Amino acid sequence: MSQTAVARHRPRAAEMQTRRRGGLKRRQAIASYCLVAPFFLVFLTMLVLPLFYSGYLSLFREQLVGGTVFAGVGNYVRALQDHVFLGGVLRMARFLVIQVPIMLSLALVFALALDSGRLRMQRIIRLSIFVPYAVPGVIAALMWGYLYGPNFGPFAQGARAIGLPTPPFLGNEWMLGSIMNIVTWSFVGYNMIILYAALRSIPTELYEAARVDGAGEFRVAWSIKIPAIRPALLLTTIFSVIGTFQLFNEPNLLRILAPNVIGVGYTPNLYAYNLAFINQDINYAAAIAFLLGIVIMIVSYAVQFGVLRRERRS
Amino acid sequence: MHLFKKRPAVGLAATAMAAALALVACSGGASTNTTTAAPSTITQAAIDTAMKTKTNLTFWTWVPTIKDEVALFQAKYPAIHVDLVNVGQGAAHYQKLRTVIKAGTGGPDVVQVEFQYLPSFTQGGDLLNMAPYGAAGISGDYASWIWSQVSSGSAVYGIPQDVGPMGNLYRKDLMSAAGIKLPTTWDEFGQAARTYRAANPGKYLTNMPGNDAGQFMGLLWQAGVRPFGYDGKKTVTIKMDTPEVAKVIDFWNPLVRDNIIGVVPDFTDPWYQGLASGLYASWQGAAWGPSFLQGTAAKTSGLWSVAPLPQWDTQKPASGNWGGSTDAVLKSTKNPIAASQLALWINTQHEPALMFATKAFLFPASNTILKDPAFVDQKSAFYGGQQVNKDFAAISATVTPDFAWLPFMDYAYSSFNETLGKAFADRTDLATGLKAWQAALTTYATQQGFTVK
Repeated sequence: MSQTAVARHRPRAAEMQTRRRGGLKRRQAIASYCLVAPFFLVFLTMLVLPLFYSGYLSLFREQLVGGTVFAGVGNYVRALQDHVFLGGVLRMARFLVIQVPIMLSLALVFALALDSGRLRMQRIIRLSIFVPYAVPGVIAALMWGYLYGPNFGPFAQGARAIGLPTPPFLGNEWMLGSIMNIVTWSFVGYNMIILYAALRSIPTELYEAARVDGAGEFRVAWSIKIPAIRPALLLTTIFSVIGTFQLFNEPNLLRILAPNVIGVGYTPNLYAYNLAFINQDINYAAAIAFLLGIVIMIVSYAVQFGVLRRERRS
Repeated sequence: MHLFKKRPAVGLAATAMAAALALVACSGGASTNTTTAAPSTITQAAIDTAMKTKTNLTFWTWVPTIKDEVALFQAKYPAIHVDLVNVGQGAAHYQKLRTVIKAGTGGPDVVQVEFQYLPSFTQGGDLLNMAPYGAAGISGDYASWIWSQVSSGSAVYGIPQDVGPMGNLYRKDLMSAAGIKLPTTWDEFGQAARTYRAANPGKYLTNMPGNDAGQFMGLLWQAGVRPFGYDGKKTVTIKMDTPEVAKVIDFWNPLVRDNIIGVVPDFTDPWYQGLASGLYASWQGAAWGPSFLQGTAAKTSGLWSVAPLPQWDTQKPASGNWGGSTDAVLKSTKNPIAASQLALWINTQHEPALMFATKAFLFPASNTILKDPAFVDQKSAFYGGQQVNKDFAAISATVTPDFAWLPFMDYAYSSFNETLGKAFADRTDLATGLKAWQAALTTYATQQGFTVK
């Protein structure tokens, strides 16, 4: 009798232990869900729901006279034939091909220079290269708008003092280059910090081995450091690609200074914004925004696969 | 539930979809306008009762000093509390207004709407017809060209607040230094521009921006052009290939092409600096011009004078209008009587209307104020003591009537910048730019379902 009683007690004790352990696990799970819930709430309401609503809107067409009709893929077909949208995308592709390599090369050079340990006042140099990123985009665009000014900007005044013609920074031919300059100035520090952090995590034994083999600083940089931070380079490239196609802030602000150079569709993002608020064509704007998102996805994947294929080959 | 437990991502996506569809279903009805029968006339008794009932009104306007006039209103009607909100100037204001109208909630009761944008709101039926609320009786106090812009048949959609008759604001000192006497015809103006440029290389007699369709519209208005029409329903008129338009274009074309006049965008920092430093000797602007020159160009105060615009036909002096606002009431307001009385009171009662004219430097639309000695005899320090109100009142009387606007002026002004405005800025052929602008407007109108005549 007592044996069975003991036998009955032991499994109950074991059961109670697992239940207690199960209870703790469940409580921990509930706690973690509660902690993540605020983020998901905001994520759902501010990102996912508007995304679905936008997609829904893009399937309709609303006219000032005649109300709303279902248009299916009509808006998307119209967007693919819209030379303003396609021009904007091509402009951003040109921007991408010129500005991103220049900016990332500069960031890489700065990061390597800082990592080499040969520079004095490292902290100050690092900070001063990073400071432009801390300047809010609006302030940066306004500041550069003044610097580029054809009558009272310092470059213009300097050129006139030497007797040269005023550089047309805000003119038709140079505008894209001027915007590239602002974006590079703003983001070189940010990319440099990412690459520098990646460089700092390379094990130093590799350097010692390289020095034993007689490698100089440049050889070490080329053959060890750069290959080692390839994931970080890929990360910054993808960020830059996405950021390029989403370009909005600088053209929107410079539009006030040069309204006849920067048209409504200078960049696809600007085009979607102006379509919604000037043309009051919200449905078409939603379609443009979605198409832009698809373009960005395609280009990002292309960049990623291009890098992976090169890695596999090497 | 079982599925959601195992694949939480699926569950999340399904919830999101359901929520989105529910949201969309709820919002689908927002676009329909509830039509309540408009009352024929509100009795004075009903108005008095409403003005004694505790009410909260929201008033969206960007006029900087309007709180003084609204304070007078609140002193007269202590039961009505007015919330003044400045949601931005110009385009920003209209964007927010259109957003709240589309959303159906969050809109103000009374709102400032410039003359050229009134049709875009009446087209969608967004404004309250204020004729039954007392607005029908004030039409006699306004010139016909002003009243035709705020009314449609017997309906009244906006109470005129201020207008912008255009004149020639010029620097007497700069012009006499170059030996130029004030041009009275456009031919004289063209010659004066060339003489001035030859005498002062690097400076211009005037600036014609590529980003301000409003100014160019005013000049077309003066030339007798009537480019736009809207019947209030589905038909718009877009006619810019007329001889009058060609006359104006052919006048400015050589001046722009040969670099005789400046083409800097206006109300930008370089433009203000240009006016402050004497780069431009004149501005074919409106009566409200000086209020913008009190900032950066303040040091030129006292050096300016006003004259009528150069004329096409000195026998028939004419002018155009640039800008000017009205106060309108949204149809979605819950307090139509109180809101319409607010709009009427601050713009038609003598004390607040005179305050707008003498303290805020808004050029009055009302004939009573235009004749008031307190306004007419005001001497302006900016114009070196000239009694400009008298001159602008005389100019205002020459503004020709029947100028109409399209129900989508936001788009019209923006496409001006891309076409005709761009031709100004790039110094290319203006006639080509004009054709492109007309084509863009026609395409947009047909796309939006209008019939274009």
